[in-house]
Amino acid sequence: MSVIDIQFAAFAAMIKTLRTLRLVVAALAMAVAAAAHAQLSIEITGAGANRIPVAIPIFESESALPRGITDVVRADLERSGLFSLVDIGPVALPESVVPDLAGFRSRGADAILTGTVVPLPDGRFEVRFRLFDTQRQMELGAQALRMSPQQNRTTAHRIADFVYEKLTGQPGYFATRIAYVVKNGARYELQIADADGANAQAALISREPIISPAWSPDGQRLAYVSFEAKKPIIYIHTLATGQRQVVANFKGSNSAPAWSPDGRQLAVVLTKDGLSQLYLINADGSGLRRLATSAGIDTEPAFSPDGQWIYFTSDRGGSPQIYRIPVAGGAAQRVTFEGSYNVTPRPSPDGRTLAYVTRNNGRFQVAVLDLASRQTMILTDSARDESPSFAPNGRMILYASDNGGRGILAAVSADGRVRQRLSVEAADVREPAWGPALRP
Amino acid sequence: MKKLILPALLASLLAACSTTGTSDTSSAAVEDRAGAGVATVTAPGVSGSGIAALTDPNNILSKRSVYFDFDSFVIKPEFNKLIEAHARFLVQNPQMKMLIQGNTDERGSREYNLALGQKRADAIRRALTLLGVSESQIESVSLGEEKPRCTESNEACFAQNRRGDMLYSGEF
Repeated sequence: MSVIDIQFAAFAAMIKTLRTLRLVVAALAMAVAAAAHAQLSIEITGAGANRIPVAIPIFESESALPRGITDVVRADLERSGLFSLVDIGPVALPESVVPDLAGFRSRGADAILTGTVVPLPDGRFEVRFRLFDTQRQMELGAQALRMSPQQNRTTAHRIADFVYEKLTGQPGYFATRIAYVVKNGARYELQIADADGANAQAALISREPIISPAWSPDGQRLAYVSFEAKKPIIYIHTLATGQRQVVANFKGSNSAPAWSPDGRQLAVVLTKDGLSQLYLINADGSGLRRLATSAGIDTEPAFSPDGQWIYFTSDRGGSPQIYRIPVAGGAAQRVTFEGSYNVTPRPSPDGRTLAYVTRNNGRFQVAVLDLASRQTMILTDSARDESPSFAPNGRMILYASDNGGRGILAAVSADGRVRQRLSVEAADVREPAWGPALRP
Repeated sequence: MKKLILPALLASLLAACSTTGTSDTSSAAVEDRAGAGVATVTAPGVSGSGIAALTDPNNILSKRSVYFDFDSFVIKPEFNKLIEAHARFLVQNPQMKMLIQGNTDERGSREYNLALGQKRADAIRRALTLLGVSESQIESVSLGEEKPRCTESNEACFAQNRRGDMLYSGEF
């Protein structure tokens, strides 16, 4: 499915009368512009069972902006799988007037978002928006954001986050970034894009592999493993400046960096003392100390959100399984028991769930484990799913998958209902990492 | 400038006459998320060794790969001659250093495969040190599943990827 198809699908519901033609043309023009940049395109392959119907009329005076906002807000919400868009035609409703809530309710909308774009004397714009609940006939909140004309997407993502939070009670994740690695022939690129796949930019270009990108908790830096020196070395890379620092280059392999929640240290895997083992190191590369000692492989560390535990993969018991160990020191506890291959533990942001990869009849699939009830659920169904990464609100899990031998990214909701596929044309995409929520 | 200000004034007047006013909307500026810009960096590469014996196809030293069975980290007897030749070369040329890169097939977690590839590299390193090579001359590392020699998903291909490669100074 191409970018155009996706955009088209998102707007297909609105194509009813000739009067909407202008909107469709605008949507197609946007889609073509996006395709020209070979961005990640996102296809919705499954949606939630009970989607909240929302009406989002075009923001009043939006045409004053070079590129629109409303379409981006709509696409964000629809892609989440938690909302459906109610067709209300191409009528703009000003933010300053309470809409006919009963009328919108009878047209099937549980909520309506109105907005107005106001030009400011300094060349910027103010976007005022207001969200209403049509059932309870009340306003749910309003905001005004000042933006430059180039900030249409960032502004739209913030508005979509506002709607998401007001209607679901959980913070949104649209104004976040993702990192992933694109392999194109012999060229590897560590790319950073908005959560909707737009604005992809290369942070690192290399002729050797790059794996295991991990976002610093402040979202400014990435730790990763680069093979540019013919061996795995851990770097920390400041995105805005491109400044890179070697954090771990000990004799042997250096891999699997995981940030502590306070951003001060990393758990890393080194082979300087033999088999792959867990160590802690300060983010400036100082203060190396051993975290655990085992007779097997210990790798893929991940801190629990409270910073107390490190989950990791170990084959100390014969097959690779997930264990955890107190950061302060102590005995390791085994976490997974079913199956002969359970790897890549990734705790959810609330610490209650563990996403991991399990081998099931020779197929590698993303599963979740409820840490309290011990219940597991396999979320994905292709053969080579790996590298799960939670959205900062814990609702979605981004992972690497395979489509006919070509790496793609996919996302699934933690309840398994919502499914998306993200791909870059004619390139292999792998090693996704969802960045943290950034406080505005 | 005046042309610009007038519509803005009108807009703010209109806003002031807003009929809702159910809640105050304090206006916040949309910041480009701190550090939203991304500077692109290109990683540097490396060249070659320069010693003829190491690349002469008639010299056993030009052979650099040791292949392993599925899920195995044990050097098969057929590679003993190759390991002995490289051990001899390293003992006779103490200034030369060797990087041993372990590799795995593509199945499973990248980081776990990196750890498995290390076991293959370590097996070669141990064999060399048993033959008298100094630990300070050799470093064993893993490329995991990242540098497959063969990229199809079948057993013949996987077998070529389960290997350790020996690189000399200048080649890494």
